[in-house]
Amino acid sequence: MYPPSLVVTFTKKSSVKMAKLTSLFVISLSFFCISEAVFEDQVGKFDWRQQYVGKTLFAHFESNTQSSKKMFVATDKNIFASFNSRTGDLLWRHVDKTGPEGSIDILLLHGQDALMVVGDGRLLRSWDTNIGGLNWEAVLDTGSFQAACFVAIQDTVKLVAVLKKAALSLHYLSNGHQKWVENLPDSDAVQYQAVYSGGEEEVYVLGVVPNSHLTIIAYSLEDGEIIKQRSVEASWLSSVESSCVVVGQGVLMCVDPATLALYTLPIQAEETPEFSQILLQVLYLSPTVSPGFQPVLVSSQPHPARSPLSEFFLQLGPDHHVLLQLNADGYTIAPLRDFQPAFLVSFATTGKKTVAAVMTPKNETVMLRHSCDPNPRWLSPLSFPLQACAINLFSVDSGRRLLDTTVLFPLELNGGKPHALYVHAFLKKDDSVGYRVLVQTQDHALTFIQQPGRVVWTREEALADVVTMEMVDLPLTGTQAELEGEFGKKADGLFPMVLKRLSSQVTLLQAWLAHLWKLFYEARKPRGQVKNEVTIETLSRDEFNLQKMMVMVTASGKLFGIDSKSGSILWKHYLENVQPNAAFKLIVQRTTAHFPHPPQCTLLIKDKDTGLATLHVFNPIFGRKSHIALPALPRPILQSLLLPVIDQDYAKVLLLVDDQYKVTAFPSTKNVLQQLQEMASSIFFYLIRSDQGNLSGFRLRKDLSTERIWEVVLPTEVQKIVAVKGKRPNEHVHSQGRVMGDRSVLYKYLNPNLLAVVTESTDTHPERAFVGVFLVDGVTGRIIHEAVQRKARGPVHFVHSENWVVYEYWNTKSRRNEFSVLELFEGTELYNSTVFSSLDRPHLPQVLQQTYIFPSPITTMEATLTEKGITSRHLLVGLPSGAILSLPKMFLDPRRPEVVTEHSREENLIPYAPEMPIRTEWFINYNQTVARVKGIYTAPSGLESTCLVVAYGLDIYQTRVYPSKQFDVLKDDYDYVLISSVLFALFFATMISKRLAQVKLLNRAWR
Amino acid sequence: MASVPRSFLLLSIIPTILILCADFACCNTGRKTGDGLDTDFSGFSVPLEHSFQVDDVSRFRMRGALQLRGGRETSVSLSQSQLSEEDRNTLKVGEEVAAVDGLYKIRVPRVSLTDRQTERQMDGYLTAFVRACSLVESHLSDVITLHTDVSGYLIGVSIVTIPGACRGTEVEDEVDLEAFNTTLTIIAPTNAPQPETALFIERMDIEHEKRGKPQEQKSFFAKYWMYIVPLVLFLMMSGAQDQSGGGAANGGGR
Repeated sequence: MYPPSLVVTFTKKSSVKMAKLTSLFVISLSFFCISEAVFEDQVGKFDWRQQYVGKTLFAHFESNTQSSKKMFVATDKNIFASFNSRTGDLLWRHVDKTGPEGSIDILLLHGQDALMVVGDGRLLRSWDTNIGGLNWEAVLDTGSFQAACFVAIQDTVKLVAVLKKAALSLHYLSNGHQKWVENLPDSDAVQYQAVYSGGEEEVYVLGVVPNSHLTIIAYSLEDGEIIKQRSVEASWLSSVESSCVVVGQGVLMCVDPATLALYTLPIQAEETPEFSQILLQVLYLSPTVSPGFQPVLVSSQPHPARSPLSEFFLQLGPDHHVLLQLNADGYTIAPLRDFQPAFLVSFATTGKKTVAAVMTPKNETVMLRHSCDPNPRWLSPLSFPLQACAINLFSVDSGRRLLDTTVLFPLELNGGKPHALYVHAFLKKDDSVGYRVLVQTQDHALTFIQQPGRVVWTREEALADVVTMEMVDLPLTGTQAELEGEFGKKADGLFPMVLKRLSSQVTLLQAWLAHLWKLFYEARKPRGQVKNEVTIETLSRDEFNLQKMMVMVTASGKLFGIDSKSGSILWKHYLENVQPNAAFKLIVQRTTAHFPHPPQCTLLIKDKDTGLATLHVFNPIFGRKSHIALPALPRPILQSLLLPVIDQDYAKVLLLVDDQYKVTAFPSTKNVLQQLQEMASSIFFYLIRSDQGNLSGFRLRKDLSTERIWEVVLPTEVQKIVAVKGKRPNEHVHSQGRVMGDRSVLYKYLNPNLLAVVTESTDTHPERAFVGVFLVDGVTGRIIHEAVQRKARGPVHFVHSENWVVYEYWNTKSRRNEFSVLELFEGTELYNSTVFSSLDRPHLPQVLQQTYIFPSPITTMEATLTEKGITSRHLLVGLPSGAILSLPKMFLDPRRPEVVTEHSREENLIPYAPEMPIRTEWFINYNQTVARVKGIYTAPSGLESTCLVVAYGLDIYQTRVYPSKQFDVLKDDYDYVLISSVLFALFFATMISKRLAQVKLLNRAWR
Repeated sequence: MASVPRSFLLLSIIPTILILCADFACCNTGRKTGDGLDTDFSGFSVPLEHSFQVDDVSRFRMRGALQLRGGRETSVSLSQSQLSEEDRNTLKVGEEVAAVDGLYKIRVPRVSLTDRQTERQMDGYLTAFVRACSLVESHLSDVITLHTDVSGYLIGVSIVTIPGACRGTEVEDEVDLEAFNTTLTIIAPTNAPQPETALFIERMDIEHEKRGKPQEQKSFFAKYWMYIVPLVLFLMMSGAQDQSGGGAANGGGR
């Protein structure tokens, strides 16, 4: 008792209040103790996590020995990570800030150090590659980053040179201290783009004035003094970065696509020579540069202390590479080998040997036919019938193919094409060159292959950017489906029906016996050996529908089907011509419930610039594309809505509204069109133009045109619409009202057409900024409630469900995050208890609202969902720390009383406290943090108590939550033996006592 | 016997019709009316238009004029004329073809209640609708609500009839369809509550006081003086001895 008061007496008055506040919290919370933590033995039983890094930009292997296991990647998600190259598992991962502030400009690797320039030249970092620790970090001067390279002094790499737009700086590798920094002369006119060091006493900076001349500046390593500066006439040159490389003993090699010529220039030469021109024709190279293709030069500098190789690749087309060699004289070139077709080339060095890896298509005849195609194949949507690619090693010196170095790279049917090649070469014991190769495909997948073509692992990095997802029930097993089918068919006489019933019962019995046998068989094996291999063939729904198919749509346009129980990828499908800024909407048109019709999902892909949309219809269980006639969508699509109307094949009808307010139905069979005509006058929909602040409602006409029936305009000068959310269509509400302390019922206002519209003020001044919350009926356009949260700004996260809206915002005055809850009630009497119609609810609902302080910012929010809506609701809150908080809705209840009364105690209302607690037991993902949570998806399971949760962002985390505990499931450690032995004992006791009683009665009768 | 009340009814209806000819619905938001300083905001009038066609094409016509008064006190009133014979028929027809679900739409122009007159009007209208049948069945008794945003712009209008249902009951009396019985309100956004910290702390304090002032309120010293004083005394005593002893030792050293 005493220690707290001791603390209080020695602190200031404000903290006295806080301490009191928190102490009351502890007291009040202890009454409502809901323990939800995971037990140690439950870890990983119902949940799994997968960690991703994103699209690889730079990849390096640790060292060139056969035994090395580490590789390092830097990605477009601003992540620097290390993989175990044997398994593909993450060794460590550093997640930097999102956006341009944390973007990785370059990754250089030397020995144990990985050098990285971050945030367009903002920071220079050095990492210890063994443990992934930061060695040092140096803040660079302002200016946009251009290039960086290692600089060696007397054969040891000691420095790193960083070239910015207007300055060159040298830093020590050991501690990051700056050796010197020099401003580049005339940096307004000259674009400095490359920095080169070949192990000499100078470092060279190359700049260009486009279509005029090239500037070469040599700096002294010692003090940064300009040793030489010269400019060379080059009217054909526009960019050093894209068309020039350094080869051999410091010779600058450039390619000019216009004249089809190579230009060479010795960098170190004292005098000012001209570029010497070598026409490609002279090299007996057929100058077949594909139209619109910029030729690319690829060179290799195996060690920063030495000059680059004199061999280099020239890429003349998407599948045409030539290996060339610069002769010792410095200006003549000899062609070594012509590779056509060849997709990708890469140099790799081990010890003294350098090899070139070349990826060629396996099936050459097909390719030849295709190469007549004038369009570059890379860009054409034609999927060529290619089964595999072959990778071969070639000696760089001679261009000869090395024997036994072929590796086959299998191409998936619906996968991406190869995009980049990273080779890890090493010397084998017999001094021959061995290698492993990492292939990056267009769908961001990484595949690691070993000789002779064994795929060691594959990482689907597209999953680092999941845009939307759905969970689909798995199909029934064959026998179950047959039984279902029996009821679906029409009756054909009594006797055949009896026979059919008997036969299906027999098959069920068989299946049950097989199941028992399997159980018995597996029980004998030790536990570790039992493996539940999930394949697409063995997929079937479990008893409680806990295992589902997760259909995930990623930003790259790759679709995945993931088993929710194990997290294994069961199918994948890459949609090739998806624009990078496309918006996706995934719609489940037909669930698994309509055997024998397969389930059907539709993905609406909308180009954000043009607004044009395409549909991709597929089977969510197998990922196969359906061959259904798709409607032509020539106009931009504004809105899509799924109607409860079904066609004769049980597919729900999808309506697409275009920019002329014309409606297209999909599927558009006669049956559907007829139904639509009948129902037209009762089909209402709304459109929101957030740029104009316009909300409008439409009604369908019989000819599938539309009629505007209401309009609400929020002036954009005052506030802008940031988000609109309706309710989830699959949500069930079990109780119509709440029983109050005096036994009367407070009925909920359950309007399924209600929209929550959130706005933010255009005025961002902290005193005048506000967040607006409008509740609008989507059918009549009636504003049900209009509230303004003063001194608040976004980002606003909100959940709209049942009869409540919960939103979170930033309080600009108190500088804290706050949660607010709105609940709508009809009152103690229902207007029309049988059916809800937006057209017939004249009275506005009562609105209750309360606000709380939340001690953490949040990134996303979602509510749990269960089958029948009996289970109490929880809010799942994604925190920036990577934790997912399961917050009971009970804490967000506007009826929490300020003063506790008899009635409120009867109702189990928690007394109002301004601060919302965060308890670590409420973290449903214990220590499995989910980096950069972007969305949380909830789905009901077959058990009322259980809700399936998937959190996605950079990582994917799947688990189950039980908001009201597992009231409908026996515990794992339930004592079956005890209960059955007690039952048996009772049974026998009654038998015996019955017998004894009979004997006694008989004896008495004889007496 | 029966004729007397009937004629009485007739007599009483006539003046009501006369009054209803210029039916006047009025309301204000309940803020105090009083100081007439806001001469600038003397109120202005915008048209309220309606459309009720059997076919789906909207043709808006004048229904009445809304008298809006902005400024410190926002109020609105509506003056509307009787429905013409022609309109009544159209509306009746609309109801008869209730199977087509004819709609009765109203619209008001987008205006601002606070800006100066020249800038008040913006392009575009705010529209709302109600089923024509429910309007007829409710004998033209409707509730029109105007919504404004924080800065006084009209953002939405809504119309409901009481009762709102369409039961298909025949409206026989022509008189019932002559004039609107309109209730008019204007609603501004409510302020969402802030977290109630002050009240909570106050309540906590009261609760603490209720429990009486236990030892908690006593200071540390007040509570433990009986231990501290002897301890301090003891320390002082021993310290003094030490000092003298040390001094002696030092002195000895020299």
